[in-house]
Amino acid sequence: MKRMRVWGIGATAVAAIGMMLFVGWWQVDGPGSPEPMGQRPMPLTEMAFSLTDHEGNAVGPEALLGNPTMAFFGFTYCPDVCPTTLSDISSWLDALGDEAALLNVIFITVDPERDTVAAMAEYVSYFHPAIRGWTGPEEQIARAAEGFRDVFERVPTDGGDYTMNHTASVFLFDAEGQFVTTIDYHEARDFALPKIRRALQQEMEETT
Amino acid sequence: MKKIVSTGALLVLFSFAGASMPALADADDIVIDGAWARASIGMNRPGAAFMTIRNTSTEPVTLIGLSTPLAMMPAIHETRTSADGVSSMTPTDEIAIAPGESVALEPGGLHAMLMQLQEPMTEGETFPLTLVFEDGGEATVEVPILGFAARGPED
Repeated sequence: MKRMRVWGIGATAVAAIGMMLFVGWWQVDGPGSPEPMGQRPMPLTEMAFSLTDHEGNAVGPEALLGNPTMAFFGFTYCPDVCPTTLSDISSWLDALGDEAALLNVIFITVDPERDTVAAMAEYVSYFHPAIRGWTGPEEQIARAAEGFRDVFERVPTDGGDYTMNHTASVFLFDAEGQFVTTIDYHEARDFALPKIRRALQQEMEETT
Repeated sequence: MKKIVSTGALLVLFSFAGASMPALADADDIVIDGAWARASIGMNRPGAAFMTIRNTSTEPVTLIGLSTPLAMMPAIHETRTSADGVSSMTPTDEIAIAPGESVALEPGGLHAMLMQLQEPMTEGETFPLTLVFEDGGEATVEVPILGFAARGPED
């Protein structure tokens, strides 16, 4: 009788561990796992949104085809990540020299409420002149972010203000609008420049 | 009120001493190196300041707050970037610094977030920033304001 009980407990324990392992697998690797966040951005040719650049021109993904593109989402009330990234982008463009002229470089706001066309115009004026600032209605920004697989979220702060959490990667596309790669926030410049050159290279290969 | 008075007193102190760097304060226990901030566009957007804080004493110290006449709400914030590339900022209540150790406030990590600016941050100017420690000690540094697109203290 005693032995039976021990066996019973053992079997229950094994079943419980098995169940835990199964549930763990289901949630992490199995069919119950969440959609991977790091999905590839769509090709620019499959995106559809209309925004306004910092000079008041109507723009959209089709405006980017024909040249490789470097795109970054952010907001001008961002004290750290966005000025740092735009400074990084500016330094990459400086390092590219004349080749920089072959790139579309766009900074798309995730905070259109505060980032009007005028606000974007003033903000981008502090960085490399190749950088274009894009803003527009919230639902168009959302459609753009969806295409790039960029996520953002409005977060209230102590003083009654708000800040934005957002994907801070720089996206690279070739001249055909195909996604090439991302430059992650704070990646060393040694890694960034070859990636940008790769996007530029693909344009050369396609045109020759 | 007391805090404002003491900051005012430190300001006076600095105007006599000149803005020498690195600043030594709190009985020489805290050394602040390489302080810098970026210029702001007007006063609506929050600013950020960066520096290295070194504890040269034999006791641990804990940074619990900031004060500056430049901003109504200065606070230590931390930028975190998740594995899938999403950056967020969260307030950091306190930072413990072990004896002989230092903590870096740098882009993409910890920074002194300057909310509700009282005046624009103009390139070429400086502002005093006081670090308040748990034991009541304070250290004030004169932070140089660099260009809007500055990337570090040498820019």
